Amino acid sequence: MESDFPILSALIVTPALGALVVMAMPARRPECVRLAGYVFSFAVLALAGWLLFHYEAGSGYQFVEREQWLGDLGVQYKVGVDGISLFMVALNALLFPIALFASANITERTKSFFAWMLALEAALMGVFLSLDLIVFFVFFEFVLVPMYFLILGWGHGRRTYAALKFFIFTMAGSAFLLVGVLVLAFLHSDHTGKLTFDLATLTAWAPEGLDPGAAKALFLGFFAAFAVKVPLFPLHTWLPDAHTEAPTAGSVILAGMLLKMGVYGFLRFSLPLFPQAAVDLAPLLLVLATIGIIYGAIVAAMQPNVKRIVAYSSVAHMGFAVLGIFALTTQGLDGGVFTMISHGLTTSALFLLLGMLYDRRHSYEVDAYRGLWKVMPVLGGLFCVAAFASIGLPGFSGFIGEFLALIGTFIVEKPYAVVGAIGVVFAAVYLLWVFQRTFMGRPTGENAKMKDIGFRELACVVPLLALSLFLGIWPKPVLDVIEPDVKEVIQQVERGSDYREPAPAFEDAPSGHDDGGHE
Amino acid sequence: MARDLLDLVWLVPLLPLLGAAMLMLAGRRIGEPKAGWLATGMMGLAFLVSVVMFFALHDLPEHERAHISNVFEWLSSGGLHVEMGFLADPLSVTFILFVTGVGTLIHLFAIGYMHGDERFSRFFAYMNLFCASMLILVLGSSFLVTFLGWEGVGLCSYLLISFWFERQGAALAGKKAFITTRVGDVGFMIAMFLIFLKVGSLDYSALGAAEGLASGTTTVIALLLLLGAVGKSAQFPLHFWLPDAMEGPTPVSALIHAATMVTAGVFLVARAHPYFEVSGDAMTVVAWVGAGTALLAATVALVQPDIKRVLAYSTISQIGFMFLALGVGAYAAAIFHVVTHAFFKATLFLGAGSVIHGNRDNQDMRVMGGYRKYLPLTAGAMTIAWLAIAGVPPFSGFWSKDEILTKAFLNDEYGVWLFGLVTAALTGFYMTRLILLVFGGTITTASLAASGDTPDADAHSAASQEPSANDHAPWDPTEPTVAFGTPPRAATVDQLHPPHEAPPTMALPVLALAGLAIVGGFINIPLKGLEFLTEWLHPSFADVHEVHPESFWEGFALAGVSVVVGIVGIALAVALYRKGLAAADRDPVIERLGPMGRVFGHAYYFDAGVSRVVGGPLHRAARWLSDTADARGIDGAVNGVGTLVQRAAGGLRKTQSGLVRNYALWIVIGTAALLLFLLLYAGR
Repeated sequence: MESDFPILSALIVTPALGALVVMAMPARRPECVRLAGYVFSFAVLALAGWLLFHYEAGSGYQFVEREQWLGDLGVQYKVGVDGISLFMVALNALLFPIALFASANITERTKSFFAWMLALEAALMGVFLSLDLIVFFVFFEFVLVPMYFLILGWGHGRRTYAALKFFIFTMAGSAFLLVGVLVLAFLHSDHTGKLTFDLATLTAWAPEGLDPGAAKALFLGFFAAFAVKVPLFPLHTWLPDAHTEAPTAGSVILAGMLLKMGVYGFLRFSLPLFPQAAVDLAPLLLVLATIGIIYGAIVAAMQPNVKRIVAYSSVAHMGFAVLGIFALTTQGLDGGVFTMISHGLTTSALFLLLGMLYDRRHSYEVDAYRGLWKVMPVLGGLFCVAAFASIGLPGFSGFIGEFLALIGTFIVEKPYAVVGAIGVVFAAVYLLWVFQRTFMGRPTGENAKMKDIGFRELACVVPLLALSLFLGIWPKPVLDVIEPDVKEVIQQVERGSDYREPAPAFEDAPSGHDDGGHE
Repeated sequence: MARDLLDLVWLVPLLPLLGAAMLMLAGRRIGEPKAGWLATGMMGLAFLVSVVMFFALHDLPEHERAHISNVFEWLSSGGLHVEMGFLADPLSVTFILFVTGVGTLIHLFAIGYMHGDERFSRFFAYMNLFCASMLILVLGSSFLVTFLGWEGVGLCSYLLISFWFERQGAALAGKKAFITTRVGDVGFMIAMFLIFLKVGSLDYSALGAAEGLASGTTTVIALLLLLGAVGKSAQFPLHFWLPDAMEGPTPVSALIHAATMVTAGVFLVARAHPYFEVSGDAMTVVAWVGAGTALLAATVALVQPDIKRVLAYSTISQIGFMFLALGVGAYAAAIFHVVTHAFFKATLFLGAGSVIHGNRDNQDMRVMGGYRKYLPLTAGAMTIAWLAIAGVPPFSGFWSKDEILTKAFLNDEYGVWLFGLVTAALTGFYMTRLILLVFGGTITTASLAASGDTPDADAHSAASQEPSANDHAPWDPTEPTVAFGTPPRAATVDQLHPPHEAPPTMALPVLALAGLAIVGGFINIPLKGLEFLTEWLHPSFADVHEVHPESFWEGFALAGVSVVVGIVGIALAVALYRKGLAAADRDPVIERLGPMGRVFGHAYYFDAGVSRVVGGPLHRAARWLSDTADARGIDGAVNGVGTLVQRAAGGLRKTQSGLVRNYALWIVIGTAALLLFLLLYAGR
């Protein structure tokens, strides 16, 4: 179903246009700036809604647009959406209006803030829609700039350190990605005489055309960029700092979207381009992901700062996503993608709620708070819901993602799934512990005077939690759309490697009591 | 017709779920007492629907009594398909009948009990959600739907145990319950992974595939499921959350102990019994976990000073009986005991609630006594429940406990049987002690003896009793729980405010449950034609071979033995406690047991040991991981590299030391350079 309307370009251009419009506005009229920001981000949401509605489940890219750009270079503007990127786009379109709406406390340099946010939205759209490696890389890199300025300009205490750390960390990873992209394209052009960065062309060529050593090296190059973004253990230490110092909207986007770039990169590029290397190196990723699940949870429990707790919890959650993806089974990949969506909803909700606490008390220290549930019954209740959604309680989206990722891993690699399942307990430990220390007990002093949630704040959080609940109870519509493309990725891996997805079930049923003899 | 009705079985969990949703969204507007009535009404309706379901199922021919009603497809991924399906069969319908029945009565009781609480409506929202989760758990048509309810039960137990979250003890107890049971849930989850891998389906309709699996596999699956069951049902070694769960309001305790939650593990093992049956080893483990827990918990209950703690350990012990029954293949007997236990334990808890409620929240039995005068109705109800739990015929507990012991004996499990017998004697003892301490004696005997102690003293000793590594605030002096070894509180009976009987909405449920505790046993009398429950449950356990006494006299003799040991326990307690306590801090059983008494009192120091390991080495290890390995090791390395680069590039400082945002400029320049490079490259 191809439409004449370039919907995907519109998704990228609209927020970019918004950023320009905001920049053109007078700085002394912040209310106009806000209005423009809301209008443009809601317009993007509407476009994404239209896309969601008109997308038809099935494998392959839809709404593809391609334009020769730097023709001689083989760089082209090519965008398309499939079941995997569809929900990343939708999540992006959902989180930005919410993040802007939640930024009522931004009163300084409102204009630049809104401009950077809209620019960030445009860049993220580009990341998830590009089907050309250079265009992807440019968007991938460009995401850093607005986020860097958001942390630096509107962050908290150690924002300079955090922003720089974030920047250098991800830049260092990206350097490898750039080299990888260039080498891949040049190798391809050496063999075929045609320079191109087209993902489809390279995907068709690379699995056969690359020699195993080069493929492995390139996989590791891509890995460096994506692993920092996820972030995988031990490349995660930029995340807690960036989160702690970022303004609420920055944290929401950082957790909700930026981390997904890494996982998405693995899915979209690493697996199809270097299937054999991915299969060979999968154990490395499975180990790192599993360590991340346990390590992130334990370290989260020990943090004295609520934002750091949630930041480390992201390390654990993204561990589940990577685990599922490198299990290379349908359930695993389904679970990985679903975890990305779910984490975007629940963690964003948690950051929004923490931001509300910060707005009232200007502290993220656990010890500063006590007994808040008594004075803020609604906010406390919502925090409780968000915590359990994040814990992965069945009935919320997090459970579906984690369960599928783990069961998909169990089919091929039992130990990782078993350790991952133990991580599920730890998630309960750190979140319930922080909930107990901040929201339970008797409020004293300033805590006794805190105001409960307001209407604007309610409007930001409730949609996210409602969506998490909805997807936990009825994940089928999303899974049905993801699955064809997930299967396509697995088939690409199977075509380009010696890996075969194990057929589910009946492992030893037909043969009956094969080891029952010892009785 | 019957099947059309059974298609509506999802109404049973939906009704309380709707109640919970309404109360959560508009609870404060509905207010007290309407919120309570709404919740109770929803439960009552669910009970009525359950009764209809019972008759509808009964209408079907026996071998067709398993009806699945699929509402929608929950999730599907690759070869994994799970329906949001509900299975009505004799096992699940038995459970929904008593969950909704007993649940309704407890809701009714709670209207009075929670009167005046500032979060009245929210309490009933949680209660409704709790029951809804339990109903989903038992009605689920697959392991995963059961798991949905299973975790819902965990969530609600957390919310309800921590309901009075202002109190440190309540906040900690809720968290402890959730996390401890979650340890078991890991077992449940991995069991599901393994079942999916081996069988390809999580549906209960595929349970029969267990027979085709290798016996090693089924043993692993069964033991993993058992781990889940042990967590929820508070069996050794995951039992220690339950006594703390007393921090919740008393109706919650009643609900947890009688109708929901702790029976979930029994249900799971019964539901998944094909896996246990195939693996003989797993059965043995189940039987011994049950027998061991039953005995150990009973010894702990002997010496507790807190009325609710005695009941808590009694529950652990009685659930142990049920596991014992499951382990010897007596599934119907286990379910029978679940039902009778629901009746008498709910009576005991609600009765204890009346005692506490009417007595300014005092739970210390050592300073009670003679309350029969003030609380005649409660005394009567609790006496009935006492006789039932102690196994005195013809009260309900006698029939179910006797059936379990008989089946254990007939299956040649003599060790297990012996454990059960000793437990029965201990049960008679500690329950008699409870009744005599609360209702027997005279008020003056005990209540005056403890004078001289100041209330502050126990607050302090409570703090030293249960050290907690992570709490910044001192223990709340109003903590109601009385730990073993705490000095008794000062006399409580105030001449101006003597204990008083509860209002009718509270008395009625207690009396109704007491009535059920009398007659509940008649649903399954071990005589031909009178074993209604066993016959009703037969389709659910059709594959299981049941043993029966060879003659009437063999059964009679076995029943006689279990009655006699129960009576011995009662008689011993009467001898010791006939006159109440000589002084509040002089408990004859503790004095006679000597050092063992302290071991029992501290529950074998198991909980303290776990707390010490978790709060000590484990906490330190986590601290090390966070503060040393992560902050100094990994992050330190990162910063170190940064510093190193900075120093090495000292000459370049000038270009870099300006505004940090230069870096951002560099990326723009870099990107431009890249494009330029590409242009030139291609231009050649």
